[in-house]
Amino acid sequence: MSNSPKDRRALIKEDPVEQLKRMIEIREFEDICFNLFAEGLIRGTTHLCNGQEAVAVGIASSLEVTDYVMCTYRGHGHALALGMTPETVLSEIMGKAGGSMNGLGGSMHLSDLSIGLLPTSAIVGAGIPIATGVAKSAQYKKTGAVAVSIFGDGATNIGAFHEGLNIAKVLNLPTIFICENNLYGEYSPLASTTSVLDLATRANSYDMRNYIVDGQEVEEVIKTVQEAATFARNGEGPTFIEMKTYRYSGHSRSDPATYRPDGELEAWMERDPIELLNKHLVSKKLLNDGDKDKIIDETREILDKVKEKVANSEEPNEDYLFQNIYSE
Amino acid sequence: MNESTDVILMGEDIAAAGGPWKTSDGLLDKFGPERVIDTPIAEMGFMGMALGAACTGLRPVVEIMFVEFLGVAIDQLSTEAAKFRYLSGGELSVPLVVRATTGAGLGFGAQHSQTLESWFYSTPGLKLAVVSNPQSAYGLLRSAINDDNPVVILEPRSLFANRDELIRGEEGFVPLGKSKIITEGNDVTIVGLGSTVESIKEASKKIGASSEVVDLLTLIPWDKETIVDSVKKTGRLVTVEENPYSGGWGSEIISYVTSKCYKELKAPPFRITAPDTHIPFNEALEKRYLPSVEYIEDSINKYVETNEVPQAWWEERRV
Repeated sequence: MSNSPKDRRALIKEDPVEQLKRMIEIREFEDICFNLFAEGLIRGTTHLCNGQEAVAVGIASSLEVTDYVMCTYRGHGHALALGMTPETVLSEIMGKAGGSMNGLGGSMHLSDLSIGLLPTSAIVGAGIPIATGVAKSAQYKKTGAVAVSIFGDGATNIGAFHEGLNIAKVLNLPTIFICENNLYGEYSPLASTTSVLDLATRANSYDMRNYIVDGQEVEEVIKTVQEAATFARNGEGPTFIEMKTYRYSGHSRSDPATYRPDGELEAWMERDPIELLNKHLVSKKLLNDGDKDKIIDETREILDKVKEKVANSEEPNEDYLFQNIYSE
Repeated sequence: MNESTDVILMGEDIAAAGGPWKTSDGLLDKFGPERVIDTPIAEMGFMGMALGAACTGLRPVVEIMFVEFLGVAIDQLSTEAAKFRYLSGGELSVPLVVRATTGAGLGFGAQHSQTLESWFYSTPGLKLAVVSNPQSAYGLLRSAINDDNPVVILEPRSLFANRDELIRGEEGFVPLGKSKIITEGNDVTIVGLGSTVESIKEASKKIGASSEVVDLLTLIPWDKETIVDSVKKTGRLVTVEENPYSGGWGSEIISYVTSKCYKELKAPPFRITAPDTHIPFNEALEKRYLPSVEYIEDSINKYVETNEVPQAWWEERRV
């Protein structure tokens, strides 16, 4: 089996065991990133998504590889779920020539057009209006593609969000707006910055179909995103989906997340998306007790090798600095 | 739009109303609402939409009614569109054209009269050109639409009433990155951009010295070779700018040319600009604000005669 991004994408499409494996891959990958930071081997910043794996894998499993995704800079999980290889993603995060931007982008700028992952913007909410234009191309050229914009709860307060939703509705564009509501916009709890706690209600202002989904249940994520994609492909316009989820770590590497109330993290970990999916799979006899631990061990082994390989891989040379500023 | 169905237009009131400046009059009827799109008053939103469309196969031309409105869209233009090719590792191109009207002289007041080239020229990834007459309005736009990069075209409103014979088709294209020598001369190189090109043409006819008049046309990337060659010949350089003194485009030109032609210079290069004030509504004061033909003529005469930079009329006024 080839390890191309497209093949990796196809693997999880209708296979819940593979979906579990991908969620575990994301969890373990983020742990590696966390540790590499601690060791000083990753520069700058990263935004980890531990706890939100079901959203990433659910979205990626629901879309066609010809659809487009604009995602947030908390994007390692989305990139891996959509099909980018751990090697390419880690290379980019470590600034290596083998990264998707040859190491010139870093953690916040992952992209791979072969699987529809458009450049990831590090500006909160910026991808929302861009997705409407991607949808415009699809609508105009009748390609049947859907444009998905993934953003956090904090983005629902920025103007680009409101302008983008309005445009998508007015032009009836094939767009899916997916809000990962992890309850904190950077360091601030939602209620301290935002007038509503159910962010899906904001779509009502634009008379846009909307859903609130348990983002810890991958099956729920898939069901809703597939439904929204069908609406979009049938010319029935945009959908807004709020995924209720939680990030286990702080906002970025410099944030220990001491602002969380006691017990909140533990309560969410009781509903860990990997554990939830594993339970379903065991109850359906698709997996046995203990299989999950084996998968975790295997994943760790693979990712450790990836880490070694990437850490010792080539740095980009000076020529890259002058590339891709303009199209010829 | 006849040549490629990928070209679409977007902007406020450009479809049903034919455009606030009537630049898209009749196009809705001809090309339909899929290609000629009235947008909400939401520049950030529709600039982002244009970028998304541009990087997935269309060639959008966005109209911005007044260049100041780019202030609310600057993230999408400078931080997103200009960097999208880079951020895609070279996988994407962004054939996006943004037209914006600029400039003073028509009584639009402080927030609808600026030129604002300087908002863009420290942003690699963008191209920036400024229209100076009907032919360059046509020719720069055609080149911009054919270009695979985001191109901003600034159009001075004070020129909108000008009429001239137009050369259409490829012969009439004005290449990006090339300036145009309008009249040749030996004593002084006078560089204008946008609305000041007409002023320097007129002033040069009355100047005693033999002047080489250059329309810069493109600011990113600007035509270093033509200007340097001209200054090597004349030994004197004047930039005539509609913008305030501080941070104006002439600083960039003069800094480069001085470092390349220092030994050939007969006089220090010289900038004629507006003062570092806001743009007044009152008609007489607005005229005073802008560099007039007479002021340009008088300043350049003094400059060539003395080989010194004459004092600007506003230089001793404190703001």
